[in-house]
Amino acid sequence: MNNKSGVETAGNVSTSLPPKSWITLKINGAERHLEIAPWTILLDALRNLLDLTGTKKGCDHGQCGACTVLIDGKPINSCLTLAIMHDGAEVTTIEGIAKGDALHPVQQAFIEHDAFQCGYCTPGQICSAVGLLNAGKLRTPDDIRELMSGNICRCGAYPNIVAAIEQAMQSEGSAAQ
Amino acid sequence: MTTNYMGKATSRVDGRAKVTGAAKYAAEYNVPNLAYGYIVTSAIARGRITKIDASEALAVEGVLQVFTHENRHKIAEDDQSYEDEAASPGSPFRPLYDNQIKFSGQPVALVVAEEFEIARYAASLVHIEYKVESHETDLSKVRANGYEPKIKRMEGFEPVKPRGNAEKAFQRAVHQHDAEYDLPIEHHNPMELFASTAVWEGNGKITIYDKNQGAQNCQRYIANIFGFPMDDVRVISPFVGGAFGSGLRPQYQIFLAALAARELKCSVRVSLTRQQMFGLGYRPNTLQRVAIGAAKDGALEAFMHDALANTSRYEDYQEMVVNWAGSLYQCDNMKFSYNIAQLDLCTPMDMRAPGGAPGMYAIECAMDELAYKVGCDPLELRLKNYSEKDQNEGKPFSSKELRACYRQAAEKFGWANRKPQPGSMRDGSELIGWGMATGIWEAMQQPASARAVLTSDGKLEVSSATADIGTGTYTIMTQIAAETLGLPLQDVTFKLGDSTLPQSPIEGGSWTAATNGSAVKKVCDAVGAKLFAMAQKMEASPFANLKFEDVAFSEGQMRLKNDSDRGVAIGEIMRHGGATTLAEEATSSPDEAKQEPYARYTHSAIFVEVKVDEELRTIRVTRIVIAVAGGRILNPKTARSQVLGAAVGAIGMALEEESVVDQNLGRIMTHNLADYHVPVNADVYDIDVIFVEEHDTIVNPLGVKGLGEIGIVGTAAAIANAVFHATGKRVRDMPITVDKLF
Repeated sequence: MNNKSGVETAGNVSTSLPPKSWITLKINGAERHLEIAPWTILLDALRNLLDLTGTKKGCDHGQCGACTVLIDGKPINSCLTLAIMHDGAEVTTIEGIAKGDALHPVQQAFIEHDAFQCGYCTPGQICSAVGLLNAGKLRTPDDIRELMSGNICRCGAYPNIVAAIEQAMQSEGSAAQ
Repeated sequence: MTTNYMGKATSRVDGRAKVTGAAKYAAEYNVPNLAYGYIVTSAIARGRITKIDASEALAVEGVLQVFTHENRHKIAEDDQSYEDEAASPGSPFRPLYDNQIKFSGQPVALVVAEEFEIARYAASLVHIEYKVESHETDLSKVRANGYEPKIKRMEGFEPVKPRGNAEKAFQRAVHQHDAEYDLPIEHHNPMELFASTAVWEGNGKITIYDKNQGAQNCQRYIANIFGFPMDDVRVISPFVGGAFGSGLRPQYQIFLAALAARELKCSVRVSLTRQQMFGLGYRPNTLQRVAIGAAKDGALEAFMHDALANTSRYEDYQEMVVNWAGSLYQCDNMKFSYNIAQLDLCTPMDMRAPGGAPGMYAIECAMDELAYKVGCDPLELRLKNYSEKDQNEGKPFSSKELRACYRQAAEKFGWANRKPQPGSMRDGSELIGWGMATGIWEAMQQPASARAVLTSDGKLEVSSATADIGTGTYTIMTQIAAETLGLPLQDVTFKLGDSTLPQSPIEGGSWTAATNGSAVKKVCDAVGAKLFAMAQKMEASPFANLKFEDVAFSEGQMRLKNDSDRGVAIGEIMRHGGATTLAEEATSSPDEAKQEPYARYTHSAIFVEVKVDEELRTIRVTRIVIAVAGGRILNPKTARSQVLGAAVGAIGMALEEESVVDQNLGRIMTHNLADYHVPVNADVYDIDVIFVEEHDTIVNPLGVKGLGEIGIVGTAAAIANAVFHATGKRVRDMPITVDKLF
């Protein structure tokens, strides 16, 4: 039995799948074409379809920040957005934060300050920090504490995260001078 | 270049992998033709399934199978097959075993499909009918049902026998304090969701990438349940996104992934959702009574500690909640009891400092209350009752630098400036509270094995099947190995998280540094001894008439201890000996004859400042100073992180965390990270970690005591005590939320 939208149903329940469509994402500088169902969130597209598993799933509800990526430079929760909505967008994931072998100052500072333990929230923390730094929103340690509070670290590395971002701010500041 | 790495602050060797996204966790192995499983969980707390209708789910395009207790193939039926290293006495939970529902959130079906979203959608179409039975999930309602567990989980978990006459001494005491302290259910909530990617190898073998704290523990579990030969099951977990105890037992997703892979003959990934993570084990609801009697000057005359905690209907979960006061404080009349009562919830699990964190919360809050009754400083009360030996065991301590912890932390904190009167210190519109507490945790060691392979190019690979859940295991083992054989850190690789590696116990109890570290040291010494034998045979060997004890390894060379200028490069020794590789395997076991005469503990002193808004009563933990006496510190950088992270956990315990049960539904309602509050960055201010110098030649060959738990023990009490000092309000049920301060 076909309904108007062409979806198979059994009783009131759809048994066939929503049609897929082709989108293009510019991920970490490279164009990636993928055929995607409308119900696939960006996070699952990255992890399951594109094998970019650096972006983490911690809650799937926008409550933990582990899935943070940059879209056109701005940090977003990739679990709260459908991949299909980002056709043509520039996506930067943790795999694209370093320049080749050279770590981003935030990445380097995270290592030096031991700003992580298990490492699972780390990609999201780093993407948030990079996005906030790019936007010039982090000026004081209190800014860092407040604006980084969307990224939960259950290992409790917060003081080290603040110290790492402060160091990265200073190195960016001195690089700009 | 120096190769003396032990004791040196060293950045994590796996740091680069973690900041670049290269570190792969259990759900991140995208093997070819991978199918996705989605779990359906029980909507009721107790009863049985009368009907499962999966027809709609099965009709969805791309669905491969819906597994339930009705159609799964043969699995083990005896309890023993389901037991694991961290099991408590009883009958372990068996997923998809029969139609019985034992707790809300129990897995009852697994939908497997070609794509994740298809499985998720189809799972919503599995219709289950239940015969509901009445449940009980409220511990306070079943106090009378508490019982002493008949079979002990392990030695030392039972309350010690009473000493003196605590009741009588309490009645006679000048100062009496008697109160109840309640701790709610708390969930570990590691950031990584529990997941398993089961790879069907095609020859009857299965490889499972899994989230756990013990690869071999999970390997045995899967082999026993499904009847695989042990060698046909390999469990791999090189990176674990936090666990805090939740990975000590195999979790049900590994069973489900293995079941589906075996029956579908394809690779299957099963991940839990955050909501489903609240159907795993937890820190139990614990109700404690502490009654202390003291002389006029505060000297303890009676100490009674009784605990009642919940367990499930099917296992007698146990932890050591009481007994701590007997190790920590001098008192001749002590009495302890520990009971459990059954609820229709899943079995609790060890959560960071199981027993210690709840028990010391109650003990150290009670000591603070007593200090106010006696009219003395809380720190003075601790020092007055300082124990020079462990009265529970009647043994001296292998080392105990707790006095130094108190002194150094108090000085750093500025405790001498405290005004004792509650509400007497303020900063603008905020009331300042200063509180303190003591921490204690056991320094344990288990048997473990390690392998070392040294190649003539000077590269060393060492391995043991332990885990690194963020603790820094990779890094400290690399440091131990590099220093022992005098190699640069970058030439040494440590492997863990693979069931094929040499035997290791589960990673928990703060014992990994002592346990696997001793094995790593031993196996590297064995390689060194082989090198020495080889070096002695070299022409004009400077070592010819020496003993192994006369040499040391540093900067890539074997050198004379008393003349470090005389040495030979390790590569050269191997070339002369005609060896391209030297491989050794060693097992280290605790030296019981040496350890047994002593009580072995890590100690800490915690000083906390809170600021409480005078009108809104919002609480900020603005300062924590924690001094730890934990034996030798292998890596001050990762060690500090361990303690700091545990202190953050204590902020959660004291002020935020509560798994709220809807007693009507028998279901945990705060089952997500918006409702189950954990500390975020803005909740955390200054935390100062001090490592007090402590030498211990008894605990293990390395002199390390372990640091994973100590930071959370007592820290929640110090926060609660600070809140009292700020507000004059004594809240005895955690967490201390704003509403409880009015």
